[in-house]
Amino acid sequence: MTSAVIAAGQINKVFNPASEERVVALQDINLEVQPGEFISLIGPSGCGKSTLLRLIADLIEPSTGELQVNGKTPHQARIDRDYGMVFQAATLLEWRSVRKNIELPLEIHGIRRRERRDKAQAALELVELGSFGDHWPWQLSGGMQQRVAIARALVFQPSLLLMDEPFGALDEFTRERMNMELLRIWRETETTVLFVTHSIPEAIFLSSRVVVMSPRPGRITALVDVDLPRPRKFETRSWPRFHEQVAEVRELLRDAHVE
Amino acid sequence: MRQKGIRARIRGLAPALLVAVVFIGGWELGVHALGIREFILPPPSSILAEFGEELQIFLGASGESILFSAARATLWSAVGGFVIGCGAGILTALVTSRWTIISEATMPFAIAANSVPIIAFAPIMNNWFGITNPASKMAIVAVIVFFPAMINTVRGLTLVDQGQLELMASWAASPARVLRSLRIPNALPFIFSALRVASSLSVIGAVVSEFFGGPRATLGVYITQEASGFNFASAWAAILMASLIGISFYVVVLLLERWLMPWQASLRDGG
Repeated sequence: MTSAVIAAGQINKVFNPASEERVVALQDINLEVQPGEFISLIGPSGCGKSTLLRLIADLIEPSTGELQVNGKTPHQARIDRDYGMVFQAATLLEWRSVRKNIELPLEIHGIRRRERRDKAQAALELVELGSFGDHWPWQLSGGMQQRVAIARALVFQPSLLLMDEPFGALDEFTRERMNMELLRIWRETETTVLFVTHSIPEAIFLSSRVVVMSPRPGRITALVDVDLPRPRKFETRSWPRFHEQVAEVRELLRDAHVE
Repeated sequence: MRQKGIRARIRGLAPALLVAVVFIGGWELGVHALGIREFILPPPSSILAEFGEELQIFLGASGESILFSAARATLWSAVGGFVIGCGAGILTALVTSRWTIISEATMPFAIAANSVPIIAFAPIMNNWFGITNPASKMAIVAVIVFFPAMINTVRGLTLVDQGQLELMASWAASPARVLRSLRIPNALPFIFSALRVASSLSVIGAVVSEFFGGPRATLGVYITQEASGFNFASAWAAILMASLIGISFYVVVLLLERWLMPWQASLRDGG
């Protein structure tokens, strides 16, 4: 038993193991994530970063290896609502109001109406959409919809937030604003975040550690500690140290590709 | 969200009203100017006069309007068949979608059956249920609307966003919960597009199946008899009646749709 939020030991994931389309999605993954960390997974398409996220979420199972979430099996962690999840698309249900969307996981868990309303309102206020509860999802901009998705993921106050390219579909200005928002939420909730992204600057700006991955087969090739001071601000992106670390990760990604 | 003003609504309807006035006026003038004989095409004025007479009999205390009795009988067949057929179609889809294998095995047959001209079975149904039994017409209507209702419902239940399914899984939602909170609401637009089509099909199905024989007081029989008896204005009045039934039925389904899917209604009005 460790205090780690995520403990992965020698994880392998093979899709279609018996057929010709056999794909080794992940090979020998070892990763330990401590409470309160902000970890980014970065790498080219096909490096298995989304697969790793889905393994931790217990949406798929590893072929071999040991995986623990909060010291439990991923299955138990999912049953206990230990994590919240956000995808690239906001995936809001269009037939439910913003508030009802956030209440849905609570509803499934059998929580009473009053408590649902209070928790949903608190989550909405956390993402600064307190007065948008009665809107329909389509009335919100892309960035606002994604904030609702984050509120929904946080409504159980989980210890772990899994994010799969959550800002990948947003324009750059909205994306940078959302990055600031996410850091504020992370600070306020003290949640551990596992963040999948394609963007090196985004990974450096947000993270305490960056996990560099490479494809075919998907594996971890480097771990980079980001030593930029916190709280990170808008100006952080123009600091020399920021650019150095971006360059460092870029090099690592190139090496992984050449090899 | 915002309500449109009445004036704006009327302005929105103006082009359609104009087309209607030009069409009916052109018909009336054309019939008189070209001297078209009544058995080819009666003018709208005599159709409306005939319809008005029947309406007066219907509203008055004396006697019984055959046209309105016929309308009631046909409407009953159409609505009865619609409810039975759509109900069975939606129910079948709900049951089979629970087991993907069954719905995958039955879908090709349903799609094939949907392109069969089911109305051709009308004489058979007359033999099965009896020619004057409304059940023979209802059965035809029910079979006609069953397949579109079933096919669309299956589509709506299965064409669900992958991310939404994963979210449901991440919340450890039971299959029944996924059906109730995700699949069924997702299927509603599909179901209603089937119901709208079915509302028109059911009136067509009822009238046409009555062409193959039935009680005197049904629109299909009424039209055939009046036409062969050279009462062309009455035949056309019955056609007008069938059209009114078809349109009203469609509008009722449309209103039901707006009521049950407010998120879509507000999307239309606000957008």
